[in-house]
Amino acid sequence: MVYLDSAATSQKPRVVIEALQHYYEFDNANVHRGVHTLGSRATDAYEGAREKVAKFIHAKSTKEIIFTRGTTTALNMVAASYARSVCKEGDEIVLTPMEHHSNLIPWQQVAKATGATLKYVTLQPDGTVTLPEVEKVVNSNTKVVSMAYVSNVMGVVNPVKEIAAIAHRHGAVMVVDGAQSTPHMKVDVQDLDCDFYAFSGHKMCGPTGIGVLYGKKALLESMEPVEFGGEMIDEVGLYDSNWKELPWKFEGGTPIIAGAVGLGAAIDFLEEIGMNQIEEHESKLAMYAMDRLSEISGLKLYGPRDRKVGLVTFNLGEVHPHDVATVLDASGIAIRAGHHCCQPLMRWLEASSTARASFYLYNTEQDVDRLISALIQTKEYFGDAT
Amino acid sequence: MQLDDLYRRVIMDHYKNPRNRGKFEDGAVTVDLNNPTCGDKISLQLKVEDGIVKDCKYTGDGCSISMSSASMMTEAVKGKTVEEAQDLALRFSSLMQGEDVQFDDYEDIEALSGVNKFPARIKCATLAWNALRKGINEEEIH
Repeated sequence: MVYLDSAATSQKPRVVIEALQHYYEFDNANVHRGVHTLGSRATDAYEGAREKVAKFIHAKSTKEIIFTRGTTTALNMVAASYARSVCKEGDEIVLTPMEHHSNLIPWQQVAKATGATLKYVTLQPDGTVTLPEVEKVVNSNTKVVSMAYVSNVMGVVNPVKEIAAIAHRHGAVMVVDGAQSTPHMKVDVQDLDCDFYAFSGHKMCGPTGIGVLYGKKALLESMEPVEFGGEMIDEVGLYDSNWKELPWKFEGGTPIIAGAVGLGAAIDFLEEIGMNQIEEHESKLAMYAMDRLSEISGLKLYGPRDRKVGLVTFNLGEVHPHDVATVLDASGIAIRAGHHCCQPLMRWLEASSTARASFYLYNTEQDVDRLISALIQTKEYFGDAT
Repeated sequence: MQLDDLYRRVIMDHYKNPRNRGKFEDGAVTVDLNNPTCGDKISLQLKVEDGIVKDCKYTGDGCSISMSSASMMTEAVKGKTVEEAQDLALRFSSLMQGEDVQFDDYEDIEALSGVNKFPARIKCATLAWNALRKGINEEEIH
């Protein structure tokens, strides 16, 4: 089969599956509490994964790396803990219409709870974000700017480093949704100078159920935990308690130990290949796909022509994306069809849904060729609907 | 898994030449349903008088399966009593579970029997029927 749905979740290399199995077979115990050897081994494995993550995204310290269930949980933590305490009536939160629901609804909830207002950066006709448009909406009322580094629909790479600088000039924090960037390109949170950065393990060869919230230490220190319970406390009384130091104060309960170990193995795997190589491979593949797709008459491509990240979104004439995906599936080709958790963006694109093929390091030009010939067959199958 | 099991000529006919597509000016119960996982939408309108579905229309946006199913459903329930319409909806749900169900009253529906081999698409086929059930319930409450 040809798997072209890595933007939804990637396939897992054997080393990651083996790391999970090894952890459960040889190191399984709870972390940070037992005095026994196995407990120390589990703790070392878990904290070792944190070190790998910190190095991978170039964080200053492991204190800035919080393990979460995924990007959604990480973004919700920033919204629930940071934004709810900082925002008040009259304040503004700046987003773009291309955000995934997970970087949209948490902010809607903050706005409803605090009286803050959501503001949207106007997109260019090709779906890109430009700095002058950002300047138009960011002002002294802005408390948070939150944006995807890479759009999960259009594959555009947003200039988040420059946008972070604009946010900072107005005293706002910059939150970056890194779900679609971290698996595909070298990320340096210090260079971006973002305040928060969220991503998921399962889109980058790691297991499901593990993700990361990076936050600048001073900000994380000022924030209240979102979940309370075991593991995250320093001292507990009958009526009051206080919290452990970073990062553990945000990791209440038994953490996602095996998931973190698996993510660590995924990072080793990706780094051995090299993030620059992965980016180059994908960008070539995406450009090849864009070229080949534009040869199909009646096929509409969304987003800008130039691609750095390996995903392409399209509609095949009037054939509904579901029907496209089903016919492709019958030829062993897996693509995504639907609104991609981006209903506002679909409205902006004036499409009720779209088809998306997304590539990763294991895809080849032959995969693209198979996609193209299956699309041509689909077009023939549906006849005049195209 | 044969594609032609899914996309039979009858289905494509209802997709390309939808029956009862449109809107009533007034006097109808309207049910709006979405399929949030994929973005399919239907707005179904029923005119029920004296326990009989006198007329119905729909508008919507979706794949060939969801829209052809809506077209067939509206053809099938027109003129039926509310009980008969409920029975049709029940039989349709059995059809989606792979049971051998007859639709002597509107045979086109049997063309959708292939959908049950495509689990991801069952929710497309049932959207209009869920709207029908909801519409009938609302009608009964009023």
